[in-house]
Amino acid sequence: MQDGGSAFALAFGLLASADADLLEIIGLSLRVSLTALLASCLIGLPLGALVATCRFPGRSAVMVLMNALMGLPPVVVGLIVYLQLSRTGPLGWMQLLYTPTAMIIAQTILITPIIAALSRQVLEDLHTEYSEQFRSLNVPWRSEIAALLWDGRFTLMTVALAGFGRSIAEVGAVIIVGGNIDHLTRVMTTAIALETSKGDLPLALALGLVLLVIALAVNALVFVMRQAAAKFAYA
Amino acid sequence: MPECTAKTNALMPLEVSGLNLDLAGQLLIDGIDLTISEPGVTVIMGYNGAGKSLLLRLLHGLISQTSGTILWAGQTQSNAVRQRQAMVFQSPVLLRRSVSANIDFALKVRGQLDAAWRDELLELVGLADLSARPARLLSGGEQQRLSLARALSCRPDVLLLDEPTANLDPASVAVIEDILKSACAEGVKIIFVTHDIGQAKRLGDEIVFLHQGKVAEQSAAEAFFTHPTSQVAQAYLEGRIVV
Ligand SMILES: Nc1ncnc2c1ncn2[C@@H]1O[C@H](COP(=O)(O)OP(=O)(O)OP(=O)(O)O)[C@@H](O)[C@H]1O
Ligand SMILES: [Mg+2]
Repeated sequence: MQDGGSAFALAFGLLASADADLLEIIGLSLRVSLTALLASCLIGLPLGALVATCRFPGRSAVMVLMNALMGLPPVVVGLIVYLQLSRTGPLGWMQLLYTPTAMIIAQTILITPIIAALSRQVLEDLHTEYSEQFRSLNVPWRSEIAALLWDGRFTLMTVALAGFGRSIAEVGAVIIVGGNIDHLTRVMTTAIALETSKGDLPLALALGLVLLVIALAVNALVFVMRQAAAKFAYA
Repeated sequence: MPECTAKTNALMPLEVSGLNLDLAGQLLIDGIDLTISEPGVTVIMGYNGAGKSLLLRLLHGLISQTSGTILWAGQTQSNAVRQRQAMVFQSPVLLRRSVSANIDFALKVRGQLDAAWRDELLELVGLADLSARPARLLSGGEQQRLSLARALSCRPDVLLLDEPTANLDPASVAVIEDILKSACAEGVKIIFVTHDIGQAKRLGDEIVFLHQGKVAEQSAAEAFFTHPTSQVAQAYLEGRIVV
C-alpha cells in the first residue's frame, strides 16, 4: 500500500501515459451514461411536455410521483433491475445481467424522473406564459409542444446536464446490475470503489480526478448555457 | 399574397347577450348585452378593473363565459372564427426568438410564410432595423409594436386591441393610429380598449363604457364626448373617481 503522496504521483503517471485500462474504463462510463441520458431524454422530455401542457385527472398525483422518483436511491434501482434481469426474474431470458445494457437500463430508470420532472417545470412555466397567445393564433398542439421545446432549449440542456451529472457519478445501481467485471462492466465509480478497497490507490485516484474534471466540465457547461440564455433573453 | 384580404367583413355583426362571467364566486362580467354592427372603431372605456380585458378575452374565446352567448355574424366562437380575429394583449407575449421569427411563427402556423410581407409589416411599425434582435430585448413600446405587427400579419377581419399604445411615445402613437385607420379603411373591424381620451376621440366611431362588469353606456363617439348619458361616464371624462 502506497502513501498518499506517491499514490498521487502514480495517478498522474497513469493519466499522462493514457493508460489503456484507464481509458477503457472512462470510455465505458461515458458510453453507459450518455446512452442512458439519451434514452431518458427520449422518454422524459415528451412525458414532461405532456404533463406540462395537458390537464387530466390525476395530474397532480403524477407530478408528485415524478418529483418523488427524482430522489430514487441508486441501490434500490439497482436491486429492482437486478430482480427483473436475474436468471429467475421475468426478464432473465434476455441474459442482460452483468452487461453494459443492464447498466444503461438501471441508469435510465434512475434519471428519467429527473429529466421528466425538471423539464415539466420548465415547460409548464413557458406554457403558462405562451398559452393565451398560442390560443389566439390557433396554434395546433404539436406545434405548441415544438415551440415550447425549442424556446426552452437552453434551460432543457441544463436539465439534461443535471441528469448526466447524476448518472456518471452514481455507483449503487451500476455495481449491482453490472457487477464491476474487468474489461466488461467496470466503470469509473465501481472501479474506484473496488481499487480503493483493494488498496490500489493510484488507479482509484486517477479515476477520481477524471470524475472531478467531468463534474467541473458539466457545471461549466451549465454556466455557459445560462449565459447564452440570458444573452438572447431566452431565460 | 394569402387570401383573407377582406373588404366585406365576414364576422360582423357581433351580438352579445346575457353574458356573465363568474370567477371565484365573483360576477366579473355581469349580464352584458351588446350589439356591434357598425364598421370602424369601437372603443371600450372604463375604470381600472371594470372588466374590459376580460370582455376582450371572452369575445376572442380565450376564456369561456359562465352563461350567455357571443355570436360573430351568427356563429359561436370556433377555431375558424378565431382564425379571422387577432388580439394584441395588454402585456405583449413574445416568443424567445428574433423579431422577425416572431412574425414568421404566426404566419407559419397558418401555412402562409411570406418573408416579403413580414418585412413590409416590420417596416410599417418601424422595426425593420431591429428584425434580427431577440424580441424580448426590445423596449416596452417596441414590443407592443411588434405584437401589433404580428396581429396584422394574419390579415384579420377583426382586431381586438387591449391598450396597444399604452407604452408608446407620441410619435409611435401617431404611427400606430395611422396603421389602425388604414386597416379600418380596408374593412377591418377594430375593437379597442384605451384610457386615452384624446385617442378615443381621434379614432373612435362608437364608445362602449363598461363599469363593474356592466355596459353603462354605448353611444356614438361624438355624442359620448359631448353629452355622456351615464353618470359614471361623465365622472370618468371629468377625471373623477367613482366607487
Ligand atoms: N383570473 C381572475 N380571477 C379572479 N379575478 C380576476 C381574474 N382576472 C381578472 N379578475 C378581476 O376582474 C376584474 C376586471 O379585470 P380586467 O382585467 O378585465 O380589468 P380592466 O377593465 O381591463 O382593467 P385595466 O384598465 O386595469 O386593464 C378585476 O377586478 C380583476 O381583479
Ligand atoms: Mg385591462
